[in-house]
Amino acid sequence: MAQAINQALRRVPAWPIYLLGFAWIGALFYRGATGALGPEPVEALEHAYGELALQLLIAGLAVTPLRKHAGINLLKFRRAIGLMAFYVLIAHVLVWAVLDLQSVARVWADIVKRPYITIGMAGFLLLVPLALSSNNLSIRKLGGATWRRLHRLVYPAVILGALHYVWLVKGFELEPLLYAGTIGVLLLLRVPRSRRLATA
Amino acid sequence: GGFGAIASPALAQDELEPNSLEDITSYNNFYEFGTGKNDPARNADALETADWRVTVDGLVDNPGEYSLEDLIGGLTEEERIYRFRCVEAWSMVVPWRGIELADILDRIGVQDGARFVAFETAVQPDNMVGVRRRVIPFPYVEGLRLDEARHPLTLMATGIYDQPMPNQNGAPIRLVVPWKYGFKSIKSIVRISLVEEEPPATWNIINPREYGFYSNVNPNVDHPRWSQATEREIGGGLFAPRKPTLMFNGYEEEVASLYEGMDLQEFF
Repeated sequence: MAQAINQALRRVPAWPIYLLGFAWIGALFYRGATGALGPEPVEALEHAYGELALQLLIAGLAVTPLRKHAGINLLKFRRAIGLMAFYVLIAHVLVWAVLDLQSVARVWADIVKRPYITIGMAGFLLLVPLALSSNNLSIRKLGGATWRRLHRLVYPAVILGALHYVWLVKGFELEPLLYAGTIGVLLLLRVPRSRRLATA
Repeated sequence: GGFGAIASPALAQDELEPNSLEDITSYNNFYEFGTGKNDPARNADALETADWRVTVDGLVDNPGEYSLEDLIGGLTEEERIYRFRCVEAWSMVVPWRGIELADILDRIGVQDGARFVAFETAVQPDNMVGVRRRVIPFPYVEGLRLDEARHPLTLMATGIYDQPMPNQNGAPIRLVVPWKYGFKSIKSIVRISLVEEEPPATWNIINPREYGFYSNVNPNVDHPRWSQATEREIGGGLFAPRKPTLMFNGYEEEVASLYEGMDLQEFF
């Protein structure tokens, strides 16, 4: 089963992830601008982009456990998934800063005064060096070991992203907790492996 | 309430451009029907409003189970175009139809010693998907100080535009207190109690640090998680500029005297 999937995936290129990702960002924006997202399109866009970014980050985190535990190899898609997560996150941050808050002063005040914004922004900033180094040249220049260590920043970043979501809702809502739980499981799946490596 | 009492708010309303019925009925917070803004529009069809009863109890001369006809029949119905400001920093303008709460209070006969009015929303577990999910404690409860309840701006609304109250907006009868954050304006009311002590209020129970009993619209007192200085006007589209939030949501002239001498930072 896993082998058949790997066999089939071998012929699938990674570039459609970018194509679909950007098309989705654009289509959603168009729908917002033309009233198809309801009477409050700014909030709708903010939430949709933020949620997709989190979903893509989760997809990126799932690559290694899938290979380890299910034998399904999605490694060749991981860079595209991770970069697309970052691009969608840029769209999320831009909608928040430009269309929602509309002023540098308000953006800064929110980052400084609102903990859920502070941690969201921290998560975003942690991903910047990862996005900048998601290319073959950087891997060569940094060396595999350093590059891998640097890219462990995705763990704190995605935890901050999940907290950001849990923290912003009113009342007891299931969805942000499901995201946080999924991320928790995907991170826990890594623990025994790193322990094994540490004792090797 | 006499006409004189509402003359100034009525004048202030002249410049208000009401949102479309579509906006007003498709962007709602009504957690009994889900937490998404379009969940109530999708799910509130199931609300059973036939033969609606409102229990009136506490310090009143005429307690009992009222039909809507008994509660408001014969009272003066008016259109009131009010700003509606949500604690989430968005706003719209709604042309309500309704009766002044003061008129209902006169009908049920408020006794000496009553200092607050408590309200309760219907709980219909079979019809309310959000109630089954328990996102917040139900029934939803709210309250006003008696002088707030008697203020001529305070409305018990039964319709929007020329429609009976849409289910997602709190059919068949709801409170509208235009100078307070929207969650104070409790929907689909089944109980009105006159009480001596400050009654519980749902969001205040859930998170007293974030939601005070008064919850007057106040651009100078931020919600701990976001600023209340400005607001987004619903229906303005993607590129609408934020608007400064007005003290008491623009009704300062009418209601500021209710809070004379009170520290609004402390009693937020």
